[in-house]
Amino acid sequence: MHEEPPQVHDSGRPPAREGTAIMAPGAAESLPARRSIWSRARHNSPFMFGAVLFLIVALIATLVPFILQLDPYAVDTSRRLSGIGEEGYLLGSDDFGRDLLARLLVGAQTSLIVGASVAVLRGVLGTVIGICASYFRVLDHILMRVCDGLMAIPAILLAIALAAALGPSVPNLILALTVVFTPNVARLVRSRALAVLSETFVEASRVQGAPPLHIILRHVLPNTLSVLTVQVTFIFADSIITEAALSFLGAGVPTPEPSWGNILNDGRGVILQFPLMTVAASLSLVVTVLALNLLGDGLRDLVDPRSSGDDTRRGMVSRLFGRAPRTARRPRPAATEESTEP
Amino acid sequence: MTERIRIDDLHISIERRDDVVRAVDGVSLSLAGNEILALVGESGSGKTLTARSALKLLPRGATTRGAVLVEGQDVLSVPGDTLRKIRGGHAAMVFQEPSTALNPVYTIGWQLEEGLRAHGVASRAERHARGLQALKDVGIPEPERRYHDYPHQFSGGQKQRIVIAMALSLKPGVIIADEPTTALDVTVQAEILDLLRKCRDELGTAIILITHNMGVVADLADRVAVMYQGKVVETADVHSLFAQPQHPYTRRLLASVPRFGQAVRPQRTPAAGEPPVLRAEKLEITYPGRFRKPPFRAVRGVDFEVRKGEIFGLVGESGSGKSTIGRAIAGLTATSGGVLEFLGTDLRRASRAEVQRLRRKLGFVFQDPASSFNPFMSIADCIAEPMRIHRTPAAKREIDARVRELLDAVQLPSSFASRTPMELSGGQRQRVGVARALALKPEFVIADEPTSALDVSVQATILRLLGDLHEELGFAALFITHDLAVVEEFADRVGVLKQGEFMEIAPAETLLKEARDSYTRALINAVPIPDPVAQRAKRKRAV
Repeated sequence: MHEEPPQVHDSGRPPAREGTAIMAPGAAESLPARRSIWSRARHNSPFMFGAVLFLIVALIATLVPFILQLDPYAVDTSRRLSGIGEEGYLLGSDDFGRDLLARLLVGAQTSLIVGASVAVLRGVLGTVIGICASYFRVLDHILMRVCDGLMAIPAILLAIALAAALGPSVPNLILALTVVFTPNVARLVRSRALAVLSETFVEASRVQGAPPLHIILRHVLPNTLSVLTVQVTFIFADSIITEAALSFLGAGVPTPEPSWGNILNDGRGVILQFPLMTVAASLSLVVTVLALNLLGDGLRDLVDPRSSGDDTRRGMVSRLFGRAPRTARRPRPAATEESTEP
Repeated sequence: MTERIRIDDLHISIERRDDVVRAVDGVSLSLAGNEILALVGESGSGKTLTARSALKLLPRGATTRGAVLVEGQDVLSVPGDTLRKIRGGHAAMVFQEPSTALNPVYTIGWQLEEGLRAHGVASRAERHARGLQALKDVGIPEPERRYHDYPHQFSGGQKQRIVIAMALSLKPGVIIADEPTTALDVTVQAEILDLLRKCRDELGTAIILITHNMGVVADLADRVAVMYQGKVVETADVHSLFAQPQHPYTRRLLASVPRFGQAVRPQRTPAAGEPPVLRAEKLEITYPGRFRKPPFRAVRGVDFEVRKGEIFGLVGESGSGKSTIGRAIAGLTATSGGVLEFLGTDLRRASRAEVQRLRRKLGFVFQDPASSFNPFMSIADCIAEPMRIHRTPAAKREIDARVRELLDAVQLPSSFASRTPMELSGGQRQRVGVARALALKPEFVIADEPTSALDVSVQATILRLLGDLHEELGFAALFITHDLAVVEEFADRVGVLKQGEFMEIAPAETLLKEARDSYTRALINAVPIPDPVAQRAKRKRAV
């Protein structure tokens, strides 16, 4: 605690007062200013790398098919499995003679739409369920037993069963994935919310007579959101993989519609003659999922209000742009730090 | 006497993301056998790092310069296997929190033998014998039977004894005790201090004692080194340090220590005849037993009242039920019997709306300022929260004005309004805690150990602030603490709790000077006086 002693200057001038009147605390002291989100983000290489990569994927997926007027459904049986760069096909064509690039990019759209919708739906539903369960004891038992039941069934199997029962279509796929994975989010939010509810600041709020809604909205929700945002990015990545798996098995996006899972399935039959199909679809999956996972990892560091700067690493991006604050690394006396003890 | 530890011009800097903190800045110390050196200073002054450097127990990112010689070997430069021999063999550590220093999944016997195994005591029988002997030395009753018990089966004081036994098991020449009694009650503290004194006298161990408690220093230390901002500003024999502190910082530190029996307090005469703000009659609080355990009666039929404008001190050791009473008044813990009357309304029978109305009249200051604020809210939002909940005042402009007024009242600059709690120091946060408690102009304030998480100098200013605000606003207060010196300085009347029952309730000055109850006297006697002459005389009398 560096509140009371006034700053000792380099000349070793002793503090002027001797435990007498209260000084205006903080007047003489310089608190390290909290770094802005952007400056912290720039120093966080996983976050920047993941974000840029994901943006590139998203931009290509939405803009390129539109600009090049690509049609993923146009069949040309005379030109099946043509190689890279052949006329009209930048990445070749598949076993029906459809443009592979078009199918990959439109498939990316499908994947991103499914992933994003599932992530948002699961985030919202999971939060509502989790917070209700944490705050109201009776609901807790009911909701959590339902969640336990859902989690007891293997996720992919349940998703296949649901998708099959509802009929193959993208909205149904989103619904199935949401139902299957919401319990995980609800559990996570509930455990975090329970931890927040036992914190002193929630007690402080209760002592003041705060109603449940106030505590939930002002205290529990903001403190849960940090965990949730991180989780949602991972869910995003997870949903893309699961979507591909379901489509590959034929229970996801219905076939002629392009999707990475469908392309993988089509490519399976011709893997020896034309491995590019499998490789390209897999690579797209890997890159997108990697981008999202990096993004989530970086977010985890960013959203924590406590981690404002005890990290000695400097970000790759800030090094690339030569903005690493080498010059700012001046030694300073210990007393301006909150605590230097381990 | 030979030198056990010699620290030569030690610099430790810790690299953070953007800067380097010079935590220890040119410290030189030496320590002989049979000697206890106290390192004092506030948190962040580098005292723990300095002491830990003797075992090279430094945080990540720490770089060192200088030398730390333990029995002639430079700890900072020796290779790993020599370092491991020094750790435990020549120098050992006693930690602050005994309950986390012991591993809950192993028996204490196993943990005692762990060090012996690591230092090559191969024979099982010998390890067992030495472990038992160590337990005996530190005064654990029935060591044979308790040898195979787990840490949770011991009390806090016994656990600290076991930690000391572990430190002693290889008969090291140096023991580093990092706040060894901070987590313990005063009566237990006195026992642990006796034990450490015995280590010095009988085994000739040199001890580096890190503490912020000047009473402990006066009781135990032979020499004192005062640290401030990473530098040793003064080293002196304990008697001359207390008698003639040289450095201004030392003088300031000693001046801010609450001295038992010397408090100068303005006499407050509580308004007689008026109804009390708070009245408890045969108040019972029981925690329900779970898993076939019997219910725990935390508070057993207490009677007391807090009059208008009065500060009622509630003291007791941990587990005495003092915090439980405060929490029950605030509605955080359910009561199970008796009467709890607040401003004439029995809280146990009041309707929900009535309780809600009464809550406006109540402020609560929490113990740990670090956890009592939502890290996502700004200081202004934290202070404004009670006003927003009760919509008084309703207008946003008025709330903002009141927040500025309150920041001013707790002597914080209004620029702090937009900061987050994480950016403030402990003392500043506790000021915000006081401001929040006073936001609705309460008639009654409960302060639950408001200063025990703070440094002495900060504690003094927070107490003074509370006192000034009390003078000015005239609220009644329930002041919960374990520190008798603080109670004497601050409270008008004091109730001493033991196991959920009042031993004695009396005006502060008479209670602490002429306590009638034997438990109260024992409690008062156990408090070390921050004056080596008086403390040592008192100890002699007791022996």
